[in-house]
Amino acid sequence: MNFYNEMYDANGGVRAHYKGYEDWLKATPPERIDRKRAEADLAFHRVGITFAVYGEEAGKERLIPFDVIPRVIPASEWKSLRSGLRQRVRALNMFLHDVYHDQEIIKAGKIPAEQILNNAQYRPEMKGVDLPGQIYAHIAGVDIVRAGAGEFYVLEDNLRVPSGVSYMLEDRKMMMRLFPELFAKHKVAPVQHYPDMLLEKLRAVAPKGVSNPTVVVLTPGAYNSAYFEHTFLAQQMGVELVEGRDLFVKDEVVYMQTTQGPKRVDVIYRRLDDDYMDPLAFRPDSTLGVPGILKAYQAGNVTLSNAIGTGVADDKSIYPYVPDMIRFYLGEEPTLNNVPTYMCRKPDDLKYVLDHLPELVVKEVHGAGGYGMLVGPASTKEQIEHFRQLLIAKPDGYIAQPTLALSNCPTFVEEGIAPRHLDLRPFVLSSGKCVDMVPGGLTRVALTKGSLVVNSSQGGGTKDTWVLED
Amino acid sequence: MLSRTADHLFWMSRYIERAENLARLLDVTYQMSLVPQSLDAINQSWAAIIALNSLEETYAAKYSEVTGENVLKFMVSDPDNFASIHSCLRMARENAHAVRGTLTTEMWETLNSTWLEAREKTFDQLYQAGIGDYFEWVKMRSSLSRGTTLGTLLQDEAYHFIRLGTLLERADNTARILDVKYHVLRPQGDEGATDFYEWGALLRSVSAFEVYRKVYRDVITPERVAELLIFNKDMPRSLQFCLNSVIKNLELIANSNSGETQRQAGMLHAQLRYGRIEDILEHGLHEWLSDFMDRIYLLGNGISKDFLVPMEEAA
Repeated sequence: MNFYNEMYDANGGVRAHYKGYEDWLKATPPERIDRKRAEADLAFHRVGITFAVYGEEAGKERLIPFDVIPRVIPASEWKSLRSGLRQRVRALNMFLHDVYHDQEIIKAGKIPAEQILNNAQYRPEMKGVDLPGQIYAHIAGVDIVRAGAGEFYVLEDNLRVPSGVSYMLEDRKMMMRLFPELFAKHKVAPVQHYPDMLLEKLRAVAPKGVSNPTVVVLTPGAYNSAYFEHTFLAQQMGVELVEGRDLFVKDEVVYMQTTQGPKRVDVIYRRLDDDYMDPLAFRPDSTLGVPGILKAYQAGNVTLSNAIGTGVADDKSIYPYVPDMIRFYLGEEPTLNNVPTYMCRKPDDLKYVLDHLPELVVKEVHGAGGYGMLVGPASTKEQIEHFRQLLIAKPDGYIAQPTLALSNCPTFVEEGIAPRHLDLRPFVLSSGKCVDMVPGGLTRVALTKGSLVVNSSQGGGTKDTWVLED
Repeated sequence: MLSRTADHLFWMSRYIERAENLARLLDVTYQMSLVPQSLDAINQSWAAIIALNSLEETYAAKYSEVTGENVLKFMVSDPDNFASIHSCLRMARENAHAVRGTLTTEMWETLNSTWLEAREKTFDQLYQAGIGDYFEWVKMRSSLSRGTTLGTLLQDEAYHFIRLGTLLERADNTARILDVKYHVLRPQGDEGATDFYEWGALLRSVSAFEVYRKVYRDVITPERVAELLIFNKDMPRSLQFCLNSVIKNLELIANSNSGETQRQAGMLHAQLRYGRIEDILEHGLHEWLSDFMDRIYLLGNGISKDFLVPMEEAA
């Protein structure tokens, strides 16, 4: 397979937007870079920029490997990516509002009703609930890959509790500290105002009549894999980081326990899945949530960000319909591509998938984190047979896509600088008024040679993402 | 501020202070064990440390006899002993981790790297290298964390809860050290050289040796040592100094529920402000200190109830 390389063109020449960096790289002694890499490791470790790994020793924290070669995106490419992202996220929010209200898209026959209404992520509790600005996904993490000859594809829309933005910010801070001279030479669009932008968006969606809202970040606690990010965002926004046990509901109003008594809470940026939010409404065994919060939410006394029930729009079984949503709600042609997707619940698609397993990527509909997937070309016969059985047993649990020739970027690995596959997760913020984002996003890179899985749970690393200004 | 956040800050600072005080106590006992004396006397002072922390049963379950090395091992690095320095540093870090967004970067980095370094140290290495170096390290790390707090943290509620935890813990520890040592060193008439070393060591354990000389410009007597550690208002580890700071910080965080706790703190403070060492010694120092420690304990509970535990649960 031929892979698009972010830095070099097909003839081995350096791409224009990487020229400056490549010159610097050639002129910089490898020992210096090595020293800087060690410095970065130490600093990340000391600061404790870590994530917890599930299934390993309890409470164990691991460093996410940081690569010092940036991923560079020219202004023109970013502009078209940005408008595609705005379009996509606007449509997704309209879709969410629609499925919990008039369900026009179902009536119009664009998406089969059972696909939406029988989806485990569809929350009937949200039917008829009106949200400020009609926004459901205030924060969307859209995973984008570059494939083939360099076109961008959306791999998935994360609309529940997307994480990684803290690494985006810390990576930039680290790069500026290690290599200030690079930033003097390049016009790299700043990203450090993200927390400000987030706070502004959260305040904008406060319940009606609240002019100076109290915003909090809700975390499942110190053992959650993204706990660092939760504390980081609360601190950067200057708001309280709360756990479920710090909150209580009285007369359909949410309060937090403070040293000066109860204080009303208006907007909750929650990093807790729907299932755990309210033991009275969802999982009764959840000790992480707040009893009664759903009622307070339905009464419009508190804003949850993201809204309850956004999962129905980022499910892999809904993903194939997003281009249709854009056409339906906005009357526009989608500017970002979807990856062609086979829905195994359709008999024709299933047949094709079963016949072509070694070429395809098969994903569990509700899976995440790189778990429960088959990468055909990289799998053994046994693994393929195993998935064949799974597919036959439960076809509606899976989708399949052609294996994309993900783009590469030069990356420091043990044998020196070598190409590794990567993706990009921009964080798209929506309030009633506008859809906005800082330039770039989090670039994740698969450190294992040939691997197409960039997830940090699967040993992926990160890179600083540069959007160059003209 | 969130009650839970205040709770973590309060306990974070208590655990750092506890680790430091433990290092001080173990250090002075270790130093004393090097002064010529009977093995019985040495082992007695090690046993006193176990008793001081009410750890007799836990200790006996692991070690058959009381020796310096065993007690050091148990109190320095035993992860199963929740009162060991190792455990205190871990608990300090865990509490800090739970509220790391409230701490300044410098504070978090100090506590986190203290724990990361502590975790790397094995007791045998420490003992071989000279355990005194380790105690110095613990004291320095505690100083560093107090210093980064003072030098970087906004002096708002978070700061007041941290100070409250530190000073309450310190008052308890100073009282404990004085109680156990005074008990062991009760004046018995033979005022030999050993006494001088022992009282000197006690003073050093609370960084008060030079202070004593400055204040009294005289030989070291047990009564004055007690007076210094209880009543001196300017010495950072004395009981009066600690209570001065406790009532000041309590006032700064007061809420509508905390009146009774403040009253209790004020009564205790008044005893230190207007008391006399002669009266205490006449009554019995041990009794007085026991009563003091009980009241510090109740004060801690009062603070928990008024500020830290969610009010509805406390009500």
